[in-house]
Amino acid sequence: MNPRRKQRLMAVSAILLLLSGAVGAMLYALQENVDLFYTPTQLLEGFGKDKIKPVPGQRLRIGGMVVPGSVKRDESTLKVSFDLVDTGPIVTVHYEGILPDLFREGQGIVAQGTLLDATNIEATEVLAKHDEEYMPPEVAEAMKGIKHVPPAKTYPGKTYPATSAPVAPAAAEVQQ
Amino acid sequence: MFKWLDPYAKPETLYRLCGLWFPWLMTAAFISLLIGMVWGLAFTPADYQQGDSYRIIHIHVPAAIWSMGAYSSMAIAALIALVWQVKAAQWAIGAIAPIGAVFTVIALFTGAAWGKPMWGTWWVWDARLTSELILLFLYLGVIALSGAFADRQTGAKASALLALVGVVNLPIIHFSVEWWNTLHQGATITKFAKPSIDASMLWPLLISILAFGLWLAALTCLRLKTAILQNEQHRPWVRQLVSSSLKSSVIKEG
Repeated sequence: MNPRRKQRLMAVSAILLLLSGAVGAMLYALQENVDLFYTPTQLLEGFGKDKIKPVPGQRLRIGGMVVPGSVKRDESTLKVSFDLVDTGPIVTVHYEGILPDLFREGQGIVAQGTLLDATNIEATEVLAKHDEEYMPPEVAEAMKGIKHVPPAKTYPGKTYPATSAPVAPAAAEVQQ
Repeated sequence: MFKWLDPYAKPETLYRLCGLWFPWLMTAAFISLLIGMVWGLAFTPADYQQGDSYRIIHIHVPAAIWSMGAYSSMAIAALIALVWQVKAAQWAIGAIAPIGAVFTVIALFTGAAWGKPMWGTWWVWDARLTSELILLFLYLGVIALSGAFADRQTGAKASALLALVGVVNLPIIHFSVEWWNTLHQGATITKFAKPSIDASMLWPLLISILAFGLWLAALTCLRLKTAILQNEQHRPWVRQLVSSSLKSSVIKEG
């Protein structure tokens, strides 16, 4: 390689290396700040090196798995509350509004709202998370014991729990 | 070390090669795109959780993969243009950038259209979505920078440098879903493990990915041909080419 090309290659590599280093250091410094949401564990035990706990009144996002059997709906309004869990601690989310189609017990969700006290959140938005697995209903039924219920058939009147009942046995396997 | 590649860097040879490859690449892209889209969008089974909505994966994933693939090839071209100062590599940057930008827009748009019914939102500022948006800005920056200087050489150099340093963003996009918690789910097929998608859905997806790749290559050939002609318009070989094609065609204008 002729010396001028070599020099240019060195210069370009140096720029690239320095920049990757800078970006790497920046992302390392940001760490959890890049996370979209707190997990229930982080909320209760604090997060980061300094174990910072969010304070009541703080706006935040919380992400976790909806605890099967914890969804409580108000008979006459759109108010709903449910518990979220990741690896241990449980927090309760209160929400008024329409939940996304994918919302079900055992599903990973992300809620945005205000922290009321240590374990209660008043959510203004609830988003459903899904995993990277895709399979036809028959395969899901065979592999996970999940019985597919087409959305149209899941709302006979107001009996929401009927929707989640077939899903419940496999709920523990559904990861976020 | 790469001496055998030298003849291909000659604009005239490259122009001929691109012209030779283009029809084959375009035909292959069209056929595989047709198979992938029809099979994926109409004949694969519905997903157990997401029903028919997941089908957009057959557009979203190929576009997203090749938005990054196009960037990698553009960055390689930028490295060659900066270090070896190969003119053709410089033109390749300009040829690839708009295609990559469009692929990124397709990925972002289909992602939003998929996110609304499934997640419940068009957009969320999580690490994956944000880094993919930054990729679009990088493409737009490369395009804008090449035309931002009065001296075209300076512009070409600046855009090559941006194209090259932008590769830092690619691992961030890819690993964003592993490094941080995001709303976007993890990788389905681009990981060193069994794909977590059923075989009946995987095959049309792989065909679509191949199709988008071929499409990218075909369009790059076409755009590179144009760029070569534009940049070499005063060279004898181009004049010869134009006069001979004028003689054989009925078109009198242009």
